[in-house]
Amino acid sequence: MLLSLFTDWAFLLEKLTLVVAVVSIGLVVAMYSTWAERKVAGALQDRPGPNRAGWFGLLQPFADAIKLFSKEDIIPSKSNKILFVLGPGLAMLAAVMTSAVIPWGDKIVIAGREITLQVSDLDLGVLYVFAVVAMGVYGVMIGGWASNNKFSLLAAIRGASQNISYELAMGLSLIALLFLTGTLSLKGIVVGQQENGWNILYQPLGFLLFLVCAFAECNRTPFDLPEAENELNFGYHQEYSSMKLGFYLFAEYINMFMSSVLMATLYFGGYDIPFFNEAASTLNPTILGLLGFGALMTKTVLFILFFMWVRWTIPRFRYDQLMDLGWKKLLPLALINMLITAVVVLVKEYGWPW
Amino acid sequence: MYLLDALSTPAQYLPIAIQFAFGVLFVAGMIAISHFLGPKRNTSDKLDTFESGIEQIGNARQPMAIKYFLVAILFVLFDVEVIFFYPYALNFKSLGWEGFAAVCMFVTFFFAGFFYIYKKGALKWED
Amino acid sequence: MGATQIIFWILSIVAVFSAIMVITRKNPVYSVLYLIITFFAISGHYVLMNAQFLAIVNIIVYAGAILVLFLFVLMLMNLNKESEPKKNKFMLWASAFAGGLLLYVLLAAVHTAHIENVKGIHVGNIGLVSELGKALFTTYVVPFEITSILFLSAMVGAVVIGKKD
Repeated sequence: MLLSLFTDWAFLLEKLTLVVAVVSIGLVVAMYSTWAERKVAGALQDRPGPNRAGWFGLLQPFADAIKLFSKEDIIPSKSNKILFVLGPGLAMLAAVMTSAVIPWGDKIVIAGREITLQVSDLDLGVLYVFAVVAMGVYGVMIGGWASNNKFSLLAAIRGASQNISYELAMGLSLIALLFLTGTLSLKGIVVGQQENGWNILYQPLGFLLFLVCAFAECNRTPFDLPEAENELNFGYHQEYSSMKLGFYLFAEYINMFMSSVLMATLYFGGYDIPFFNEAASTLNPTILGLLGFGALMTKTVLFILFFMWVRWTIPRFRYDQLMDLGWKKLLPLALINMLITAVVVLVKEYGWPW
Repeated sequence: MYLLDALSTPAQYLPIAIQFAFGVLFVAGMIAISHFLGPKRNTSDKLDTFESGIEQIGNARQPMAIKYFLVAILFVLFDVEVIFFYPYALNFKSLGWEGFAAVCMFVTFFFAGFFYIYKKGALKWED
Repeated sequence: MGATQIIFWILSIVAVFSAIMVITRKNPVYSVLYLIITFFAISGHYVLMNAQFLAIVNIIVYAGAILVLFLFVLMLMNLNKESEPKKNKFMLWASAFAGGLLLYVLLAAVHTAHIENVKGIHVGNIGLVSELGKALFTTYVVPFEITSILFLSAMVGAVVIGKKD
């Protein structure tokens, strides 16, 4: 089975192209998120934002990239040198891996060959995402510890505690969703939504919990305590310079993009085009696939803008408030949401047990 | 022939491995490129640890507060409990009310543990 | 040699090599990182055996939760002193004896095991999450409930250790 796959060069080539495309999309969207972030901040604060590099400042991300590349690469003398380099690499690697299970569209047909717009439709797609999120902790922790800086270490431990605390509520809020979908495959979840309507209609509380947890997992304001400048100088990446710093910042933007895609996929129909019956349409499958991809990206961009809107509107939590919210409020809420969902679905299915 | 349309098999993980390999190459390449680009003018002051311009006393390898440790250990416990719900969620329609009763008992213990650590103040951040 | 076997050997070599690195590194942070690699290699083995749920849970729980806890513990300790705590000769011999006994038991178990009972690579679907759920919530529902009591006692233990009063 595996051997036949290895000899199936067309298959390997298809997947490799898809991987390169998916990773590049993540990088490009992350690059332009940095531009959009400054534009949104500018708009909210009544100033123009970046407008010198290119039309509307559209070349700004490239200018930033060139700048980061040409900066001096500093490895502090008291740091642990291997781990210091490994930290940002792990952060970036974890950020890049999420996109593997996301269905970017239905399928397109090139030269008679059907290409599914998904790197791999794992049966355990949701759990895979969960595993990659769990791995994201290491980049922050390793980098912060290796810097041998008190601020970095404190920020890294804060960040790790925050990430693991909100992972719990995130996992529980997803289980309520799984009661409805009955599958862990992200593709299966999207197909289910095309038939039964978007999950946000059935799981509003679950979505809200997931949204809050996604903010915390991405270290975005109001949960950006690992980067609280007034308390920790610059956060866990204080000692970093050049592209290593760029990796940490970039990984954060890719994570934001990925959580936006996930929210769109899990709760807002993924590549489903609203008020349009895909199954009954007579359009060319390639055009349909591309339209679906466009629909997913539109939803994603709206979520990214929401992330930015929140960032420039809401002040930062205190650390004890953050822990209180995660453990004492979100966790029980997610559990109760799960039980209520289970009871409702079971009553609809089998009636009352007595 | 489209092999991945077959049932759930280990082959589904092959593209993941490809993506992983690509990610590793990309990350390593970028770090190497940025290391060779850019100037190298090291001075001992520049390579020193930055702590707001104040000279570092000792180093950062110092014991941290125990509450972080407590959060981590509670996370491990709750994480395993959450994992137990996933196999249930996939079968819960076919398991019906009996499965739900079993899970309710599990959740009761979960809540009992949660209530205990709540009352003991393990989740209280400020002492 | 098929592709599956090549992958099997690569994963085995990675697993054994990083496991040896875990126990030979002086710096415990390196040990933890090598342990993560070991867990990933073992997860690869689970995937080859089509035990996909186990593979992912191995990463989530072991690599993602327990090793984070280990790292926290390492950061709680004072790692400045390069020297290890005083080596006790008696402890060394006692641990060698205990380890030898474990090795003996494992070897005996392998020796008496019936090879024909060992399933071939990726045969069967019991490792898939839906099959696992069915078994867990029907045949093994009592052990499942008992684990919740285990969790409760573990929580009590954690609070007793972590809280002063």
